[in-house]
Amino acid sequence: MSTDIIIHDEKDNVGVVVIDKINPKQNCSCWIMENDKTIQIQSANEIQLGHKIAMIDLNEGDTILKYGHDIGKVVKSIKQGEHVHVHNVKTKKW
Amino acid sequence: MFTMLKQRSGKSMEIPKSFLGYKRENDRVGTRNHVIILPVDDISNACAEAVANNIKGTIALPHSYGRLQFGADLNLHFRTMIGTGKNPNVAAVIVIGIEPKWTKKIVDEIAKTGKPVEGFHIERTGDIGTIMKASKKAQEYVMWASEKQREECPLSDLWISVKCGESDTTSGLAANPTVGNLMDKLEPLGVHLCFGETSELTGAEKVCAARGATSEASKKFMKTWSDYNDFILKEATDDLSESQPTAGNIAGGLTTIEEKAFGNFQKIGNCKFIDVLGPAEEPTKGKGLYFMDTSSAAAECITLQAAAGFNIHLFPTGQGNIVGNPIEPVVKLTANPLTVKGMGEHIDCDVSKILSREMNMSEAGDELIKSMIRVANGRLTCAESLGHKEFVMTKLYRSA
Repeated sequence: MSTDIIIHDEKDNVGVVVIDKINPKQNCSCWIMENDKTIQIQSANEIQLGHKIAMIDLNEGDTILKYGHDIGKVVKSIKQGEHVHVHNVKTKKW
Repeated sequence: MFTMLKQRSGKSMEIPKSFLGYKRENDRVGTRNHVIILPVDDISNACAEAVANNIKGTIALPHSYGRLQFGADLNLHFRTMIGTGKNPNVAAVIVIGIEPKWTKKIVDEIAKTGKPVEGFHIERTGDIGTIMKASKKAQEYVMWASEKQREECPLSDLWISVKCGESDTTSGLAANPTVGNLMDKLEPLGVHLCFGETSELTGAEKVCAARGATSEASKKFMKTWSDYNDFILKEATDDLSESQPTAGNIAGGLTTIEEKAFGNFQKIGNCKFIDVLGPAEEPTKGKGLYFMDTSSAAAECITLQAAAGFNIHLFPTGQGNIVGNPIEPVVKLTANPLTVKGMGEHIDCDVSKILSREMNMSEAGDELIKSMIRVANGRLTCAESLGHKEFVMTKLYRSA
């Protein structure tokens, strides 16, 4: 099965879309680079190449983990399978 | 199918031991053989460009500064001018300034490399007389340089600088780790390596500091990063959205500076940095990886790295930054298939098959090594063939 989403690290709560786009309610195959495991997720939104998808439900104030590291905070709650970007996540710096 | 599988699971290629470069008088090696016309200051640009127009095969390096600067800012100006002239990709230099004193200061430092260099000043002569005198010397230099031949040189004569631009999430997933894979493979062979982009390590600064080869290097990095961050916070009037990350980064899926920083950091692979350099400062601790304090703007960063003596540059991009440099060839790679499709004329090395998992990181690293050595041997980069020669001085503060 081809890979739709790549996740850097097992700890990450977001993945990156690596095909042109995924459609709402699409069953996606996600490859975790760190441990070479494959997991499945159903998308909630249309998400373009390079954009992120939430692997779990996230609440306001939660930390987004990518590369196994803190890359920002949730400012608007996000459901599993939804698009994660500047509309619901902000930097903790600056 | 069997062959492909065998190849994919087999060990990586044998790395070439040498490349064809130009040996210079000071034992450094160039990947290019430029004769440059270097204006000391903004008002000497017209004269320098006229000389380069007269004498084919020379290039002028116009820029915006060089008058009434002082203190650390003036020192950086001189360091960038002198370092650009000293770079081994440059065979000979004509320096043109408005007045004799600063012109001579630059000429005298470049002359220490042993390469041909001569200075001209415009005061009391005017543009036309200066253009005539400088053109005669430039013609002599370019005809002399044209007889230089490439010779076989060990790979350790490569000084490789890296910087990423118009990054997106494919940069951190694939193009930047490809550069990291190259570093991991070439560092043991004795090359010099350099990464920079102080502000774009924000969020990953502690992880980066831990990569110092010594506690001194780690401490020097943290101080450099803190000073830059303090400056940004002091000048910031908003949350820097659209500057860091840029609008292009955001369109490509990058959300925060922290996400961009961890992607950026993939470029150094598993290497440790042995020292922290000031902007345009030449490394003096021998082979290995150096961090340089630079802006994250592409042309500024590469101009500083070239002035520190680096002779070939690797530039991973996501959305498609198109930057080049007049003296240091910029080898561009991307993993974004849309960038390859839409603007392939800017991409020297396509590693987009990493995303579809038809190529692994080691194979991508090998492809980049091959592309880089071809360019080191003389193949034009996309940026060179398209005429990109962005030469941008870093200015630290207002002039007096």
